[in-house]
Amino acid sequence: MSVLYIMAPAALVLAGVAIAAFIWAARDGQFDDVDTPQHRALFDDAPIENGDDGEPK
Amino acid sequence: MNPTASPAAGRSGHDPHADPTAPVLCTHCGLVVPEKLVEAGAGNQFCCGGCRVAYDTITGCGLESYYELRDRSAKDRRAATGAGQKYAAYDAEAFAEAHVQQTASGLRCVELRLEGVHCAACVWLIESLPRVSPGVVEARLSLATSSARVVWDPEQTPLSSIASRLDSLGYRPHPARGTTTRDLRLAAERSRLIRMAIAGALAGNNMLIALALHAGVFNGIEPRFAELFRWVSMVIGWVSLLWPGRHFFRSAWAAVRTGTANLDLPISLALGAGAAVGTLNVLTGRGDVYFDSLSVLVFLLLVGRFLQARQQRWAEDSISQMLSLTPDTCRVFRNGQPVEEPIEALAEDDELEVRAGELIPADGRVVGGASAVDRSLLTGESLPCPVAAGDDVTAGAQNLSATLRVRVNKVGADTRVGQLMRLVEEGLQAKPEIVQFADRVAGWFVVVLVSLAVVNFAVWCAAASVTGALDSTVALLIVACPCALGLATPLTMAIAIGRAARGGALVKSAAALETLGAVRGDKRRGRMLWDKTGTLTVGRLRVVQWHGEPELKGLAIALERESNHPVAKSITAHCGAEGAGEEPLDRRVEHHGYGVEAESRHGAVLLGSAAWVAECCAAPDQRLAEAIDEGRLRGHTVVALAVNGRIASVVWLSDELHADATAAVSQLRAMGWAPEVLSGDAQGAVAAATEQLSIPSDAIRSEMTPEAKLEYVRRASATSGDGQATVVMIGDGVNDAAALAAADVGIAVSGGAEAALASADIYAGKPGVGAILALVKLARQTLGVTRRNLGISLVYNATFAALACSGLITPLVAAVIMPISSATVLASAVHGLSGRSLEETAREVA
Repeated sequence: MSVLYIMAPAALVLAGVAIAAFIWAARDGQFDDVDTPQHRALFDDAPIENGDDGEPK
Repeated sequence: MNPTASPAAGRSGHDPHADPTAPVLCTHCGLVVPEKLVEAGAGNQFCCGGCRVAYDTITGCGLESYYELRDRSAKDRRAATGAGQKYAAYDAEAFAEAHVQQTASGLRCVELRLEGVHCAACVWLIESLPRVSPGVVEARLSLATSSARVVWDPEQTPLSSIASRLDSLGYRPHPARGTTTRDLRLAAERSRLIRMAIAGALAGNNMLIALALHAGVFNGIEPRFAELFRWVSMVIGWVSLLWPGRHFFRSAWAAVRTGTANLDLPISLALGAGAAVGTLNVLTGRGDVYFDSLSVLVFLLLVGRFLQARQQRWAEDSISQMLSLTPDTCRVFRNGQPVEEPIEALAEDDELEVRAGELIPADGRVVGGASAVDRSLLTGESLPCPVAAGDDVTAGAQNLSATLRVRVNKVGADTRVGQLMRLVEEGLQAKPEIVQFADRVAGWFVVVLVSLAVVNFAVWCAAASVTGALDSTVALLIVACPCALGLATPLTMAIAIGRAARGGALVKSAAALETLGAVRGDKRRGRMLWDKTGTLTVGRLRVVQWHGEPELKGLAIALERESNHPVAKSITAHCGAEGAGEEPLDRRVEHHGYGVEAESRHGAVLLGSAAWVAECCAAPDQRLAEAIDEGRLRGHTVVALAVNGRIASVVWLSDELHADATAAVSQLRAMGWAPEVLSGDAQGAVAAATEQLSIPSDAIRSEMTPEAKLEYVRRASATSGDGQATVVMIGDGVNDAAALAAADVGIAVSGGAEAALASADIYAGKPGVGAILALVKLARQTLGVTRRNLGISLVYNATFAALACSGLITPLVAAVIMPISSATVLASAVHGLSGRSLEETAREVA
């Protein structure tokens, strides 16, 4: 059971990493618009490059 | 995609297997194509030129996938709204200064609000912009706000060509307004989100640890592990108090310093007491730790606040979206040629061209053309006034009938509108502070709680031990924490704002909704100050009565059909509804401000203001002369029709009340609202319009300037503080904006001016008095639910506080009970407001 001395801090560190990741994502603006990205998943074209990839397939 | 098999072709009406009687649908927007426009045998059918251009542009750019995507995801389609405008103003220096940002790599970035955005296919089409518009580096659309961020290379393409490309795709662009304040609000929302998420993570982890500790109580736990968990719980607890939870302490401290009370005060008290004793217990290794409850408490309270703030931000966003749609360009003569420029670029002595239907962008003097201008949004006058060369016009007025040439003499803040905007600021400063219901209760709450805690501690110290006194007092403070109330109030508001929005009303502040609901007639009266034009009335003239020969209606239609003047429009509508056929006319001449003259088969005909027609003709017979006089007396607009120099008909016109006005006003009166009218319109017109509402004549004020309205509202609000009456101002015009800002609650109604929208607390998006009634009902219901929640939470608190005082509740039980009371109050909030929507209430009234 003394493994708890390692596990409890390890769990807290993991939680800390998750919080840090969330803060980064929120500051990056990933939660600013939660309506549009769901629709972007519908587009099956190749990623758009500026001006030169011509006709869509 | 194979261009020969257009995905659109399968849907259009010419499909041989389709029912031949089925209506032909537009390839682009899916609306029924008018019969005259159906092209036999054509593969694609279009309902209008806009849709054809949009279709040609889309397919021409190789973007046919749009139609496929759209059919997969769209529920409804709309016609293309592109206006085929040139966007030359977008390249101007002044425009760039106001709206365009420079990116680090030398590119430029602009935020555009787009009309007509509605589905996933639009996202795809707009984000494909770099493919069709060389020079565009990136386009990102946000569906929620209909705004696109466009990054482009100024070396390769001007912004105007990007804008007209968007326009031709069917999305009319407008520069987004309020981007600077929006950035601030976005930052605030992000930090609220982060705060809530951190509190949530900490609360979750702390609950896991508490679970181990509580399980240990029943199943046994080695003391060294119990010790470990208590320490970990304390660390997490302190983090959640000091990081996301410091918000409560700060706000409570601010309240203490200003000598007021808010809900954060008792919350901070509970958090502080719990944390202090919890820490003591961890250090001394005895008693319970409270940190899991404290973490959860912080989290739940933040959830409620986050939801409320998000709803309010959404309402504000929707309003700024509407503001972006008002035009901000004008045509200025440069070297004799009209050039489109942003309004910011205007200077004195510039000459402008203002076409029919457009707003006049600056104060100035007419130097060419004659027309009528509608100043109803500026002054409340319901009738347009004629202008010709030499007359002054003011910014914000709408040019109705013909193109005018105007020389600017004042711009920006010096214009009449600019002065009114300064008044709005004054109005906002005069606005009485609204104390939310929960905060008012909180003051009492704190007093009762603290005295109870002190008495409890003293009694326990005297009767038993100090540790017993400490335990029971902390238990008391924790169970008495008004977390149920603290969570339920913002949540109730969030639900209410959401429901109002579904009914078309945007609520910018929850406090305004509460104030509106607090009027109950007996205890607290309300004064509802209405601007007349456009709020109580439709804001359009209507034919009240036609005196004289009805067979002349055909002539009237023919005379008035081409005119934009509101009198003409209402006469055409009236006569058209009566089924009068049109008669041919010759040599039609419009005399601005007077009327119309033409030749018909009956001879010369004249239709215009009674005074003008009477001047040109022989005296009318007695019946019609009486009709003219009586109409004027009643405050109607009187129009006469003369044939061959003889007055043959007299028409009374009036700005009619909304159909639901009488019923809604009397219902409002029954609810404790005393209606009053503050109008800028002439006395006769105000009296005529409000006749049916049985408003006492001392409560009706006409010919009021914006300054007088502000002064009136200020005086009314000054007496409202002592529990006398709540002052609500309802208006639509620039002339109401200052009064809207100064009132306890300002409500702008649909179709109103930009300034009114920006300064009001609530925007009622549906026309009619019923919409206001529905809003008041919703507000009342909301406050009712808030009060009920307070009752529930107080009963819980009182019961458990009594138990805690008598030592029957251990801190552990107290910590378990707290979430249960929160859950009850939450359920009550959701249930209480899940009834009928605002829209249904409005329909019921009508």
